[in-house]
Amino acid sequence: MIESGIGELFQPPDLDAFREWNRTQKSKALVDKRMTEQEAISRFLYDGAYIGTELYGTVRAPMSLMRELIRQGHKDLRVAGQGVMELDILLATGRVRALDITYIGMEVYGTSQALRRAVESGQTKTVEWSNGGITWRFKATSMGVPFIPVRAMLGTDTLKYSSAKVVKCPFTGQKIALLPALILDVGLIHVHRADKYGNCQIDGISGFAHELSRASKRLIISAEEIVPNEEIRKNPDRTIIPYYLVDAVVHAPLGSHPGEMVYYYERDEERIKEWVEAAKTEESAQKYLEKYIYGVKNHEEYLALHDQARLDELTNLAKTLR
Amino acid sequence: MREENKRMSEPKYNPSELLICIASRLMQDGNTAFIGTGIPMLAASLAQKMHAPNLVTVFEFGGTGAILEELPLAVGERRTFHRAVAASGICDIMETATRGFIEYGFLGGAQIDPYGNLNSTVIGDYWPPRVRLPGSGGANDVGSFCWRTIAIMRHDKRRFVEKVDFLTTPGYLGGPGAREAAGLPPGSGPYRVVSNLALLGFDDESKRMKLLATNPGITVEEVIENTGFELVIPDEVSQNPAPSAEELRILREEVDKERLYI
Repeated sequence: MIESGIGELFQPPDLDAFREWNRTQKSKALVDKRMTEQEAISRFLYDGAYIGTELYGTVRAPMSLMRELIRQGHKDLRVAGQGVMELDILLATGRVRALDITYIGMEVYGTSQALRRAVESGQTKTVEWSNGGITWRFKATSMGVPFIPVRAMLGTDTLKYSSAKVVKCPFTGQKIALLPALILDVGLIHVHRADKYGNCQIDGISGFAHELSRASKRLIISAEEIVPNEEIRKNPDRTIIPYYLVDAVVHAPLGSHPGEMVYYYERDEERIKEWVEAAKTEESAQKYLEKYIYGVKNHEEYLALHDQARLDELTNLAKTLR
Repeated sequence: MREENKRMSEPKYNPSELLICIASRLMQDGNTAFIGTGIPMLAASLAQKMHAPNLVTVFEFGGTGAILEELPLAVGERRTFHRAVAASGICDIMETATRGFIEYGFLGGAQIDPYGNLNSTVIGDYWPPRVRLPGSGGANDVGSFCWRTIAIMRHDKRRFVEKVDFLTTPGYLGGPGAREAAGLPPGSGPYRVVSNLALLGFDDESKRMKLLATNPGITVEEVIENTGFELVIPDEVSQNPAPSAEELRILREEVDKERLYI
């Protein structure tokens, strides 16, 4: 061992336990897993869980599931932190204890004020990674191995404040970074289409859906459309997530709102900016959460807060772009 | 910003437009460039419409070879794979960079040091930080793997510092040979820094930042005064041509019609 990151390993990997879990706790039978978002979150989320989301805040992110998670009030969460709005609204609740962070910000709109308040106050502990790095940690789990050698993060404070290790490669003699496998207690992914068993298809870029889905002990899927199993079987080459990885299938049209879903709907810029503005102070952030999360019962009621003509416009615009 | 404007002769442009135009000119036709949010997206779009129609844009969540007819607002959104040659995922992109396929990488940050090391993680101590910034994102990967990285920065003493508060993304680390000693791929590293005052490169021997050209209306002294470390100043420093009327027209009428950035 040449160097060891000083960051805490929030979720030590146990690949044998993961194998056992996958054998005993994941059904291989084709069973109907459709349920409401309330049921999915209450069955599989728990205080202290280590969670992760895919893709990225304003793009195919599981926003309706995240809003339900916040509504149910789970706390002491540990989070794989690669996000924009989906993790920002969670950070604003003050219920994130630990963050394996790569990037949390508002992209074109700058730094996240919710992240700043959570971390600068000492409330949320952080450990650093690169985007490639955290995804390769999922990939290690996907491969069923306890770590993955990569050439990123070397020589930097990003490595020093991570829980990676640097060793001498036994084949080349060069330094190489070893990143520990990251096994999520619960993963949340929003997809274009799923059948009732959980076979999922995604249009456009696949982000890190492949890796995160295979690195989750429990995987909750929300889908724009629930399609018959025959539809999946017509194009099995399109299936990114097979059913046996999935524990719950939630039908959530516009589930990524105010983010986009390529070919289905465009991003709702005004509503994204509303959060960017609201996030600036603790007080206005709480008002936003009250209005869009605590003040409604479910995703349907959330959508009802919006002008239907505007939502239709976002949907129609996306279709013309295909 | 206003002061700079006063000095400028026709055509008039603002500091963002200047940064975008100068970064754009560095983008090479028929080659690959890793593009992040903001100015690199605008510069890539401008380059495709000016001199580099076959610039292959690479976006970290999976878009390769997008035609940037419209400006993306996020690194994963649909415009990052609009009429692209491939829409894959982050592992494919980062692994492609690891294998040496990506020539240019565009970066930004809150601080840069003489060796091109960048900070986008914290200002002050790590824990608890005075200011928590977004973090590495893909920057560390881009800085580790792309052959030539180009940083785009606002130029002042708080940003051009002797030592970054946190070394998020590797430049030349501690100097010559340091990248290779750390295990990073040989032959890769910082290539240019585009600032609102100047275009900078890196000295072949010392790997320290070196002034190459000043922006219109900017003197060498002004660049030195606004840099928090000693720059390598060659005998001859050229001048960057101001944005042309054509560059500005395309930038304003086609690249950023909504004026989100400029």
